Parts: sequence; structure tokens; C-alpha cells
Amino acid sequence: MTEQAAEEPFHDTDRQEQADRLGMLVFLASEIMLFGGIFAATMALRIQHPQDYMKAASHLRLALGTANTAILLTSSLAAALAVEGARSGRSRWAARALAAACLLGTAFLAVKGYEYAGEYREGLMPGTAAAHFSGPLQRLFMDLYFLATGLHAFHVLTGIVLMLTAALNRTALHDRRAVLIGNVALYWHLVDIVWIFLFPTLYLAGVP
Amino acid sequence: MTRASNRPPVVPPEAALPSYLRAGYTLRSWLLTTDHKRIAILYLVSISFFFLIGAIAAALIRLELLTPAGDLLTNDGYNRAFSIHGIIMVWFFLIPSIPNTFGNFLIPLMIGARDLAFPRLNLLSWYIYVVAGLITLYVVLSGGVDTGWTFYTPLSSVYANGAVVAAILAVFISGFSSILTGLNFIVTVHKLRAPGMTWGRLPLFVWSHYATSIIFVLATPVLAITLLLVAAERLFGIGVFDPALGGDPLLFQHLFWFYSHPAVYIMILPALGVISELITSAAHKRIFGYWFVAYASIAIAVIGFFVWGHHMFVSGQSYYASAIFSFLSIAVAVPSAIKVYNWTATLYKGDIELNAPLLYAMGFIGLFVAGGLTGLMLAMLAIDVHVHDTYFVVAHFHYIMVGGTVTAFFGAMHYWWPKITGRLYPEAWARASALVILVGFNVTFFPLFLLGYEGMPRRYHVYPESFQVLQVISSCGALLLAAGYLLPVAYLGWSLFRGAKAPANPWGATGLEWTTSSPPPKHNFIEQPVVERGPYDYPISDPLSRSND
Ligand SMILES: [Cu+2]
Repeated sequence: MTEQAAEEPFHDTDRQEQADRLGMLVFLASEIMLFGGIFAATMALRIQHPQDYMKAASHLRLALGTANTAILLTSSLAAALAVEGARSGRSRWAARALAAACLLGTAFLAVKGYEYAGEYREGLMPGTAAAHFSGPLQRLFMDLYFLATGLHAFHVLTGIVLMLTAALNRTALHDRRAVLIGNVALYWHLVDIVWIFLFPTLYLAGVP
Repeated sequence: MTRASNRPPVVPPEAALPSYLRAGYTLRSWLLTTDHKRIAILYLVSISFFFLIGAIAAALIRLELLTPAGDLLTNDGYNRAFSIHGIIMVWFFLIPSIPNTFGNFLIPLMIGARDLAFPRLNLLSWYIYVVAGLITLYVVLSGGVDTGWTFYTPLSSVYANGAVVAAILAVFISGFSSILTGLNFIVTVHKLRAPGMTWGRLPLFVWSHYATSIIFVLATPVLAITLLLVAAERLFGIGVFDPALGGDPLLFQHLFWFYSHPAVYIMILPALGVISELITSAAHKRIFGYWFVAYASIAIAVIGFFVWGHHMFVSGQSYYASAIFSFLSIAVAVPSAIKVYNWTATLYKGDIELNAPLLYAMGFIGLFVAGGLTGLMLAMLAIDVHVHDTYFVVAHFHYIMVGGTVTAFFGAMHYWWPKITGRLYPEAWARASALVILVGFNVTFFPLFLLGYEGMPRRYHVYPESFQVLQVISSCGALLLAAGYLLPVAYLGWSLFRGAKAPANPWGATGLEWTTSSPPPKHNFIEQPVVERGPYDYPISDPLSRSND
């Protein structure tokens, strides 16, 4: 276990650790508002055209969405275990748990890519020549679906990169306070939470 | 708030540590600095540059409006002039103006910290701003856009000409600079207060920046996603706002104003903080009702999130929604009024020194009250139907943003000039410029209230001849106002080289920033300050106790 000196402008590491945590939380609040705009757009659509919305949503592959929910929740568990591993001094454990979370995150992206490919073949991808929709509402729904899941996938990718960096950082793995790993895991949990809301909004809305 | 018997800690001699200005002379030492004070200067230089461009666009607008015919600019040229004026003034001057310069410079000094919590993030925020600014310059040079600063759909998404996507991208990117600044301020205020600096001892400037930061963090991402959706519609035909594609153009207005009304408070809250400092310092008196003023900032930030619908009274939104938005818009005037009353109560029986900062502050109060009261009129459903989208609205928000924020910006510039540069400015010139600005401002913008009430719509450059007299008066006022803004540039520039050396505390003020040398050393304080008193603990009615050392 290595002791680190506080960086400028902090006098002690305790304060710095609290500041890092608070900074991450404030950033996550900002992220929530970012997705909030998309959720607002989706809600407006759903309230204005409930029937069409449901019909459009039923075209999504519920099984794949459900599988991805399970995958992402499990990866969040792995991230949480990584924090516990670092706190209890088992740095190898922490590294493994982070790697597992990264792998599951990659699996999520793979499933998502497979799903996108299928939608592309069906002609549901907006902005492509082959696009054919049953009506403007379905088109708009699919547009929003791609925007929301695309933005989310971008966050998944960022999260994977962050967790990989943490997993390869010896100082972070040996840090009994788990400052870096804790904050990266927090970010990953947000990615997870956003999905927990996206899943019912987009997929479950199509279940009659 | 307790009052300690002795004065603030001993002022360190200038020679003890080199000031932040002398901590390095290379360009590199400026461009890679993580010192919040230097980053504040970087911001000051860049926002001044954009203020100049926005002002040139304003000059074009005022020149064009001298005659009822559209002779100087084409229709399209006029549209582009006011769009560039709005986009640059809002996002590249007003929003970063006070927070990123004075907030950046002063918050650590005021709470007794060595720097902001995340110094590198602070520098990154400036670079993001610069990238966004360069894209805006590209937009200007490529001929501009004709969307107006509001980017309303379907105009912006379907019909508008010019580099709309680039303009949207620039505003989108500049938002991340705002978010990072807000995040940095929030964490700094929570985690870097000096020992003894309780929340009740925070200067009101810090409170108002804390409230601003909440808006930065929570409102800006909504603008980001909204602009992203507009760009997606323009580029890929993703029609969230296009009824032909199943979308809803009003949704854009909801999302846009959900950000842009709170953004008005991003522009005015820091100014309110500045005025609280200027008033207490000039009156040498404790602020009247500290907690009311402090919580008024928070109340404005919170209520400000729920009033956006007052921009949409004539858009066809439900009457019930309009009534609620109208009520909330009137409610948000209450904390603003509390501040004005408390400032005047602070001045009452104060030991007043009628210096230039106070002149600016009093000008601010008058203009802010005029802008605020007309804001109340606009919040009334019936009046709004009459004056919606007229010059009345234009006059109202210029009273708040130019009369309010820019006046406070100049007031802050004078008040903290000795601290920032280590030089004193020439007081007589400063008083003259404060008066010229106040008169010039009113001559420019008061006629717009009359024009608007008589029905002159905004964003038109061809108008009936009966409006010409007032338009010409306004354009003449703009000339005076420009002179008023250039005057300080001249004498402040002069004082940089020839001004008298400033002592640590030229105003005899009580804030922590005045306990360190002018200009402060790199890490602000030689020893960690320990706070034992409130922010405005002036000895009551004892003029001799001013420490004009
Ligand atoms: Cu508003």
C-alpha cells in the first residue's frame, strides 16, 4: 500500500478524496440532465401518440434488450466488487473484477451491434436509402431509439476505457481508499442506471 | 457571525513572494498555467475579443436602423448581423463573463484556498471555450447564420442558410466549458474553504456563484442534447422537431427555454454577487440581511428552472400551463426584489464613499429594477400577447443583460482592478465613464420600450417612418455607449503602466482577498488564512478605522 501526498491545491489526501468524489457526483448530475432531454422528447411522443408509440416499440427485439439488461447489471456488480477488492487490499481481485466488468461491457456493445445490424437489414435505420417505415411515428420512434441508445453506447465505451485504465493502474489498484476505482465504478453505475430507464421506455413500451 | 477584536492578518510585503504575474514571463507559462488567476486573465482577454465582435455586429444593426428603408444591409444580411450579435454576446461573452473571469480569480481568494479544486480542469475549460470560439469565428467569416440566437425550429433545422451546423457545434462545445467551470466552483466551495470559513461567512459573491454553478451543471446539458437533436435533424433528417416526420416543433422551444431561461440567471446571478460586494465595501457596513441575500441567490436558481414557459405564451401551449408559468415568473421576482431592498437598506446610514465602483453599482440597481419590472409586465399573460416579439422584449432583456450584467462587469473591473493588476486606476476618469455608460445605455435602450409598446416587431430592419425618431435617438445613444465602454479600456490600459502601485487593501474592505498582497502571489496566501469573522464585519460607523494603509 502506497501513501500519496496531496496534490495542489489540497493540504491533505482526505480532502482531495472527498473533492474527487463530489466532482464525479456533480458530473453525473450533469449527465442525468443530458439524458433527461432525450427522455423528455420520448415522453412527449408517447403521451401525444400512445397507440403508435406502442406499435413502433413492438418492433424492437425484446429478447436482446433483456439480455443486455442482464449483462449490464452483472457488469455493475463486477465494478462494485472491484471497489470492495481494492478497499480490502486484494488488488489482484480488483483488477480481475474490473476486467470482468470491461468484458461484460464489451459483450453489451456486441449484442447492441448485432441488434443494430438486424434493424439495418429490416430497413429501420434512419438516414439510409433502404429505410422503410410503416409511418412517420415509427420513423421518429426509431430515430429517437438510435439517438438514445447510440448516446448510451458512447457512454458504455467511455466507461470501458475508464475501467481499463484503472485496471492497468498499479497505484489505483493498491489504493485502499479506492479513489480512482470508486469514481470509475460510480460512472459505470450511472451508465447502468440510464439503461435501466431506457429499457422500459423503449423496449417494454412495446409489450401489450 | 462573530467579530474578532483585531484586524485581518498582517499584509505580506510585496518582496516576500513574486506575484502571480511575475511567476513566469514566457507565453508557455501562460498557456499551460493551472493558476486560477492566470486562467482568469486568459478568459478576460478572450471574452473581450468576442465582446468586440458582438459589438461590431450591434453597430451594423444600429447603423442600418437609422433609416426606415433597408439600405445598408440586405434582408439576409440583417438577419445574419443580429444572429451573430446574439450568439456571440450570449455564449461567448455574457455567460462566461463574470464567472470565468472574476469568479475564477476571486473564489479561491475569497474562501482562503490556494486554487480551484481541479486546476487542470479549469485550464481545459478555457481551451474548450477557445475551440468553440474558433468555430464561431469560422461561422462569422463564412458569412454567418440567419437563425437568430434562439435556433428555433423549423427555421434552423429546415429553412435556414449558412453554417448552421457549425454554429450549433460551437455553442454545443462551449457548453462543456460551462459545465466544467460550474463543477469546479461547486467542489471548490464545498471542499476548499479555509479553516473557520463557515457557510455563513462566505462572501455573497461566492453564494451567487454557487447558485450559478448549479445552473451551469444542470441546465447546460439540456441545451447540449437539444442542439444535438437539431443538428441530427439537419444532417440526417431525424425529425424530432419536424411535424412532417412525426416530430413536434414546440418541443424544441420547451427544451431550448428550459436551458435558456436559467441561462438568463447564469448571466445575472454573478452580477448580483458583484453588487453585494461593491455596496458593502462602499458603505463600509455589514450587508443588511445576509441570509436573505444568500438564499435569494439559491431561490432564483431553483425557481428559475420552472418558468421557461413564459417565452411560449403565444405558442399555443395550454392556458393552464401559461397561468402557472406566469405565476412562477412573478414569484421569481421576489428574491430579486429582496436583494434590491437589502442593498438599499445596506446603504442606509452607511459611511458611504461615492467611488466609481459604487457609481456602477447604483447604476446597476436602477437598470436592474427597470429591467426586472418590465420583466414582470412580460410575465402577465395579457400584456405579453400585446408586446410579444416586439422591441419591448428586446429593451427588457438588454436592461438586464447589458444594463445589469455588463454594468456589474465594469463595476467589478474597477473594484478588483488593484487586486488583479497591482495598480490603481484614475478615479475621476472612472467616475466619468460610469456616468457616460449610464446615460448612453438609457438613451440607447429606453426608446426601444416605447417602440415596442407602439408595435415595432423585433428582427425587422424596414419599418414605418413614424418610428424613425426613436430609432435615431437609440442609434445616437449607442455611439455614446460605445464611447463609455472604450473610455475604461483607455485609462485602465494607461494605469497598467503608469498607475500608482496599489496597496493590499485600497478600499479598507473586509474580504479575505484583501488580506494578501496586490497582486497576490502564485498560491494566493503566504500562510493558510484562518477565518475568525463574517465577510462584512465592518466596524459600525467608525470611519477612522478604515485601514487605508
Ligand atoms: Cu425567461
